[in-house]
Amino acid sequence: MAITKLHEIHRRRKSRNVGLGLVLAVFVVLILGLTMVKVTTTPISNIGSAEAHN
Amino acid sequence: MTDATITLDDDKEASFGDFFALLKPRVMSLVVFTAMVGLIVAPGSVHPFVAFFSVLCIAIGGGASGALNMWYDADIDRVMKRTQGRPIPAGKVTEGEALAIGLTLSAFSVIMLGLASNWVAAGLLAFTIFFYVVIYTMWLKRSTPQNIVIGGAAGAFPPMIGWAVVTGDITIASTLMFALTFMWTPPHFWALALFMNSDYGKAKVPMLPVTHGTRVTRNHILAYTLLLAVTAGALLFTSIAGWVYLAAFLVMNTLFILGAVKIWRRDDAASKADNFKAERSFFKLSLAYLFAHFTALMFDGMLSGLFDGMGIGGLF
Repeated sequence: MAITKLHEIHRRRKSRNVGLGLVLAVFVVLILGLTMVKVTTTPISNIGSAEAHN
Repeated sequence: MTDATITLDDDKEASFGDFFALLKPRVMSLVVFTAMVGLIVAPGSVHPFVAFFSVLCIAIGGGASGALNMWYDADIDRVMKRTQGRPIPAGKVTEGEALAIGLTLSAFSVIMLGLASNWVAAGLLAFTIFFYVVIYTMWLKRSTPQNIVIGGAAGAFPPMIGWAVVTGDITIASTLMFALTFMWTPPHFWALALFMNSDYGKAKVPMLPVTHGTRVTRNHILAYTLLLAVTAGALLFTSIAGWVYLAAFLVMNTLFILGAVKIWRRDDAASKADNFKAERSFFKLSLAYLFAHFTALMFDGMLSGLFDGMGIGGLF
């Protein structure tokens, strides 16, 4: 049987779920942004030396 | 089939805000601000996104140490009126959850800061978390009335970390920014302790007014305020201080010393008569004091970028 009447407890659980979802979404965006910055600002010479080292 | 009554203990169910409160957002705002100033006044530059990401990591690291502090101090927080509403004493978050969040965010913030900027900054952040949780919370806070003198170091590291994000090093200028917050902490907290005395006594936290009385505390506030003025003045001899800092230094230190002298000249009877008016206003002034000094440094940093040679310091 489905719960038809919402309680305060459901509102709080929803806020946890939405909050965590937003945190994870922001995390993904931040890592993407940081990767873009690192890739575009690292000098080509450094990439070459890394390859030589490998 | 039998009837069943479901009791929903809705007061104990945590919302997202309760978990966020574990990170001590108000302390975090000070950490963000001073770290940002350290980053702005440091010589050199970093990509704006890296700067933003680094400040975020420093804030999360500060928040993580706040969560670990609430985990360890849950017993004290239950007793003190000021802290009874925190998520653990209120029964909304368990101690285990606070510990897990604190440890996870600590590791996350340090590693991400290292990857985004450099490992000197990350090492300083790791040391800050260690200092606040282990040295201050676990050791000093419950064992010595000098707890906040040494423990204040934890809150003083952020500008140094912000500086290290840009330069990757530790210099006299960044150490003096650390010293400014370090020396500011004792008079700030002792003023608070003077009018929250009973709260600390109830929790058996050996704050100076509880262990040595209010007369000694008043003497200490004056002595540390004078030492703070000397420390703040030392920053004038570095290249990061300019005319704006000089103005803030003169105004705020004059007011702060006058406030400390006023507290020093009073006794408990006078304080109780006006409900600690001078102590409360000194506490509020202490917040403005730190904000003014770091804001001035920030303006000087931005102005020296616009007009080369604005700085008045430069000995170091």
